[in-house]
Amino acid sequence: MYCVHCGRPPEEGDHTRCRGARGAIDPPRFCPECARRMVVQVTPSGWSARCSRHGDRSSFNAASATD
Amino acid sequence: MTAAAERTKADRTPGDVLAVAREQVLERGIGLDEARVLEILRLPDERMPELLELAHQVRMRWCGPEVEVEGIVSLKTGGCPEDCHFCSQSGQFPSPVRSAWLDIPGLVRAARETAATGASEFCIVAAVRGPDKRLMSQVRDGITAIREDGNDIQIACSLGMLTQAQVDELVAMGVHRYNHNLETARSHFPSVVTTHTWEERWETLRMVHDAGMEVCCGGIIGMGETVEQRAEFAAQLAELEPHEVPMNFLIPQPGTPYEDYELVEGPDALRTVAAFRLAMPRTMLRFAGGRELTLGDLGAEKGMLGGINAIIVGNYLTNLGRPAQQDLDMLTELNMPIKALSDTL
Repeated sequence: MYCVHCGRPPEEGDHTRCRGARGAIDPPRFCPECARRMVVQVTPSGWSARCSRHGDRSSFNAASATD
Repeated sequence: MTAAAERTKADRTPGDVLAVAREQVLERGIGLDEARVLEILRLPDERMPELLELAHQVRMRWCGPEVEVEGIVSLKTGGCPEDCHFCSQSGQFPSPVRSAWLDIPGLVRAARETAATGASEFCIVAAVRGPDKRLMSQVRDGITAIREDGNDIQIACSLGMLTQAQVDELVAMGVHRYNHNLETARSHFPSVVTTHTWEERWETLRMVHDAGMEVCCGGIIGMGETVEQRAEFAAQLAELEPHEVPMNFLIPQPGTPYEDYELVEGPDALRTVAAFRLAMPRTMLRFAGGRELTLGDLGAEKGMLGGINAIIVGNYLTNLGRPAQQDLDMLTELNMPIKALSDTL
């Protein structure tokens, strides 16, 4: 699994920024399964993200998109 | 007499700046000039309660108790050719933000979500230097679809620098307000953006104003500007006489030149809000991006009681805001009515 904010494995590097207040206002940018950059659309009440390999995820199924 | 001329005639006798502001801004509705705004920005922390109270009184006297609520959405995200150093959507920096286009059904849903909050304003934004034919077509089709959905929310746009023909086209589409931020003081702009000039932005704003659209123009606090440049920026915005000034606080975006910049300190943010209110007593002053990090929940309330009279609810363009309901609850607790759509039509 990879961090959705920086794309690195959770045990690699410093994730302080990803897990702090900054992380709370950033939608996922990297696929948690392969770390590819996702195409992300933020809307007034949510977000959706698409990985070219692993498909779509959104704020409605956000539990699977967090690091 | 224009507001600028009124400021020129304003009292320049020495004296406590808050006493001057009380007489000049609160009583007569004449904004402070650059030198006085600088004095405000230099007030010590112990005078903050007095400053915020005065800014709130000015807002209540000259704008009233209502708060305008707005939602925004990014129609075209990322891949922008410009090099605005604060922006995660610039194609010139290694930001994790990838290009995306919102389709028409998605735009209609976003407008519907915004209207459901009670907002009277919906702003369609694109990360571009200026709109091309494809983008103008998407905006036209999007507005038509929003109306066909039975949504009569007021529509604003933010599509970068415009030609006169594009200004006219947006007016014909029914766009009533146009956002184009000057971002920072004229003297600081070249260190923030090098791919276009402050004057080019000003020219678009002039065309928008002359075409009868409401001008929405603000910027971002915390991009390395000095306190003198904050005062300069307030004075330049006041000279423009915009209908609305959105106030953003820098969110240092990963991959941008400003990614390691410090957040604006809460008291400085509130002092700036109050100073801008005293420079522009009749202008709509909107909380925009960055308030969640810079001010938190308590600071946001202080800002609403310190000169702010408009707010973006929900998410921003590439960042998430706090839930819209949280802001609506805050307004209820503060006894601040939301400006109804019927009042704006």
